[in-house]
Amino acid sequence: MPVDTTLVVVASRFALVVLLISIALALVRLIKGPDAADRIIALDLISMLIVAFLAIESIYAGETSFLDVAIAYALIAFLGTVALARFLMRSALRKPGNINKIGNKGTDNE
Amino acid sequence: MNNILTALLLVFGSLFCFVAALGMLRLPDTVIRMHAATKAGTLGAGLILIAEAFFYAELGITLRALAAISFLLLTAPVAAHLIGRAAYYSGIRLWHKTWIDQLKDRYSAGDLPEDSGP
Repeated sequence: MPVDTTLVVVASRFALVVLLISIALALVRLIKGPDAADRIIALDLISMLIVAFLAIESIYAGETSFLDVAIAYALIAFLGTVALARFLMRSALRKPGNINKIGNKGTDNE
Repeated sequence: MNNILTALLLVFGSLFCFVAALGMLRLPDTVIRMHAATKAGTLGAGLILIAEAFFYAELGITLRALAAISFLLLTAPVAAHLIGRAAYYSGIRLWHKTWIDQLKDRYSAGDLPEDSGP
């Protein structure tokens, strides 16, 4: 352990508070987002913020194993985002409004 | 010295994360919001992980932090591209001041293979 860590403790406390506020702001967008895509983006941002939060917590608590948790969480969050985007794509393909677009295929471009 | 650097990186990283969340809340349109979330969020998380590497100054921690950063840098554009395509395709409304929409007449549903993407 380094000798004098008060500065780091103060900075990590500040960073933890700022990250909590950021997660709350992203949560507002997650709740009110007008489209499903907005919600998926908000969820992606929240998972990235949680990775950063875990890294700060690992500094603040002096526990290095939180970093492994952060890496594993980043992996799982990426899989979740990809799955949600695929789901959005599939449901967009089945939406009745897109039948017209399918009918338009290759009309006037090249 | 390491402590000062760690504290600075922590403060700047958390502020970038805050900017990302603020942009997520305040920007007008799905695609613009995605710009804020992906870029500023990745930068903030990367700065915080670098701060962790500087704080512990051990080989194992540094390697793990670098692995996490490179993983974030690899996956954030892929996820953003997937979400952006799916969002455009599911018919989001663009901001009313958008005047360039190059996909407008080119991206019809029939062009997309059913099982595109990873």
